[in-house]
Amino acid sequence: MKDNSYAAVMARRNEIMKRALGLDYGEFELGGLAFDYERMMEKAGYSLEEVRAIQKETSVGDTPLIELKNLTAAARALSEPGRGARIFIKDEAANPSGSFKDRRAAVSCYFAQHHGYKGVVAATSGNYGAAVASQANMRNLKSIIVQELFDSRGIGQPEILEKGRKCEAYGAEVLQLTVGPELFYTFLRVLEDTGFFNASLYTPFGIAGIETLGAEIVSQVQARFGRNPDAVVITNAGGGNLTGTARGLIKAGAAETKVIGASVDLSGLHMASDRDFNRKSFTTGHTGFGVPFTTWPDRADVPRNAARPLRYMDRYVTITQGEVFAITEALAALEGLERGPAGNTSLTAAFAIAREMPEDAIIVVQETEYTGAGKHVTAQLTFARENGIEVRRGDPADQVPGKNIIIPRDPSMIRPRDLSMKDLKASYLRNALKNRPAGSPEALTEAEAAFLAAEIKETPQGLAALLAQARGC
Amino acid sequence: MKVPKGSWVQIEQVVLRPEERAPQVPEDTKAVPLMLWVKGTLLEDATLGETVEIETAIGRRLSGRLVAENPPYIHGFGRPIPELLAVGKEFRALIERSGRR
Repeated sequence: MKDNSYAAVMARRNEIMKRALGLDYGEFELGGLAFDYERMMEKAGYSLEEVRAIQKETSVGDTPLIELKNLTAAARALSEPGRGARIFIKDEAANPSGSFKDRRAAVSCYFAQHHGYKGVVAATSGNYGAAVASQANMRNLKSIIVQELFDSRGIGQPEILEKGRKCEAYGAEVLQLTVGPELFYTFLRVLEDTGFFNASLYTPFGIAGIETLGAEIVSQVQARFGRNPDAVVITNAGGGNLTGTARGLIKAGAAETKVIGASVDLSGLHMASDRDFNRKSFTTGHTGFGVPFTTWPDRADVPRNAARPLRYMDRYVTITQGEVFAITEALAALEGLERGPAGNTSLTAAFAIAREMPEDAIIVVQETEYTGAGKHVTAQLTFARENGIEVRRGDPADQVPGKNIIIPRDPSMIRPRDLSMKDLKASYLRNALKNRPAGSPEALTEAEAAFLAAEIKETPQGLAALLAQARGC
Repeated sequence: MKVPKGSWVQIEQVVLRPEERAPQVPEDTKAVPLMLWVKGTLLEDATLGETVEIETAIGRRLSGRLVAENPPYIHGFGRPIPELLAVGKEFRALIERSGRR
């Protein structure tokens, strides 16, 4: 009989993954740390035109770009004369299952269907589960969604309860787990038992699917204003949303557009802690995923992660839970759009960043998501109170994740807090050096140095300085 | 409680006992088992608490402890949040005061 202990299943992970992904990642390796990222994206992914055609088959994409005139006016009211950029939002909630995640699922399900898989499996507590289940139905595939949902008291996070319900509504088999990174162990066993496709968020398909989002933003802004957007703000968790959107911007000719990542600050809360699990009001888009995945992408459920945000990111800001709830409320009250809340992380950052930019500049928020029972400010804040979190008006600077949620006393208090790009890059390099294969030569090979410079969007000189910082010189 | 064959039910599995958990998990998580719940159609008459077999929505057969017959969705919208009620008005007042559009 097969040994299904934790250690034995983890030891089989590479062979399980190879069958479940239909991809041999080994052919992209360049020795040591390095691999050929662009060749992987070209060979294993699809071109922008192919992805557009695939997504059209299942009604994904071509979502409206909406100008938020009242939020722009509010940002201008708080700005120096001549400042306050025009804020636009890409209404991704208009996709079939209610979020941009349909773009990723569309390509994975297309690949699975055309390679003879009978079904797809995704490990996700987020909107991606519903997206996979919905797209799988359109392509006559079965779907299994593996969620981390309950703490050891059996109490489920309301937002994830809703996402589980939605997956069940689409006819998926939904496996609901208590807290712990061993979700991956359950996921591997399901892949092994079923022979289904691993619809990971981190394959070249999952990233290629988002490139159309970046490209649509460019064509929509071009059509109205005859120029490219000045900045695009992207909620950052696993890094795929940022990577795919930025690649789409570049492919559509907007390489100069600033790419800004935004995450909700959940510092101090441990993501694998049973106790902390229900003390947070955001289950995604937060620093608990955003920072570790930015500084070491290859912690994902695939051999080489196609989501590599430091290759594209110009700036990374955090905002607080209370600020996002306030902006979510303002989006409904001022713009008539009830969306989010988690998807409004980038909108919150954009509202604050617009104040720094000239009036004629264009800042684009690249997503909304559907809202509903559980997935709503009132549901999240009611749940927070039931779990002993203090909810009050005040200065967001006084927030302590897991202890309180502070709704800003005044809109002027909504401010972005910059993470140091230098520190993030140095942290990435430290992780890379730590993960260098044993027996590597002392000095980096030429291929490794070129790879690392591209990974952190630096010149060879910039890389050398940051390597010194990473090594503590 | 008796549950008839063919009912839509929820079962529970202990995936990993505390001593089997991954080495890297924090202490509070390591103190409890990794549990799993899944729904499906009950294949034989059973009593709550018994080990049973189900057929899931996609036709897989899984076994585990029978914990609920057709459990309800319990998540809702919660209560209105008094701290948020004024936010829209405050933003509008800000726009009015500045006169900038």
